[in-house]
Amino acid sequence: MNKIKVFITILLAFNIYFSDLLSEEKINNQIYKNLRCIVCQGQSIADSNSDFAQTIKSVVNDKLSEGMNEKEVYHFLSEKYGDWILFDPPVKKKTYLLWSLPYIFFVIGGIAILFIFKKVLKHKKY
Amino acid sequence: MKKIILSLTIVFICFVVVIFSLGLKTKKIYDTKDLVGKPIPLIDLKLLNSEKTFKTSDLKKNDFTLINFWASWCAPCRKEHKYLIQLSKDLKILGVNFKDDKQKANKFIKKLGNPYNLIATDKDGKKSIYFGVYGIPETILVDKELKIIKKYIGPINENDVKKILKIINN
Repeated sequence: MNKIKVFITILLAFNIYFSDLLSEEKINNQIYKNLRCIVCQGQSIADSNSDFAQTIKSVVNDKLSEGMNEKEVYHFLSEKYGDWILFDPPVKKKTYLLWSLPYIFFVIGGIAILFIFKKVLKHKKY
Repeated sequence: MKKIILSLTIVFICFVVVIFSLGLKTKKIYDTKDLVGKPIPLIDLKLLNSEKTFKTSDLKKNDFTLINFWASWCAPCRKEHKYLIQLSKDLKILGVNFKDDKQKANKFIKKLGNPYNLIATDKDGKKSIYFGVYGIPETILVDKELKIIKKYIGPINENDVKKILKIINN
């Protein structure tokens, strides 16, 4: 019985250890994918094997192990290279329109459809 | 109703045309204009020919400092070297030797002359990321408060020398 308990404990420890490693790798990859390789043509850091991409990956890893979170890493790099290095532009005064337009169009589209539907239904009644 | 749909369609088409034409005019290459006015990082850099380190905060002693990222293997760095030597008469220059071999770097300096007041080394290129460097040569002009006044990507030329001298003499 004791042997089974020890076996299960070891198994659980391994599971926790490897799931931590996997989630860490997942976060790293997520960050790499949202960083633009400045020296490449439309590639992310994740897709590029350039010297610049490798150095940025290494710096990202350092920053994560220093305790920075994803947002802080983006902030750190955009301070150095501007927002151009980010594939997802942050919500700022300059980008308000960019972020709000899809929602504005969605609402206008919805209203237009509703309007047309109402007209069609009214028309069918007669 | 038809009028509303027609006017909405026209507005939408106009909007798409404007957005696309603006998009065509937008530069799709990395630009350093956003970095002007931002401070350089306060970090320690290892010196090339010594075990000592150098604090970037020490640059506050100078009214202006030029920080040049270079390497012996970089051909454009050779091209700009004479301009750096020209600028070294009027300005303090910190050289950051980027991903280079110490012996080759020293040979380069011995052959072409030393425009640098200090030469730091960045063996793995990570420290240069703190300065927003993505390739060499790159040159940053900073003021007393360590704020970036100008950032040059690629080799500097005669025109850049004139502009830098104009900035520091004003």
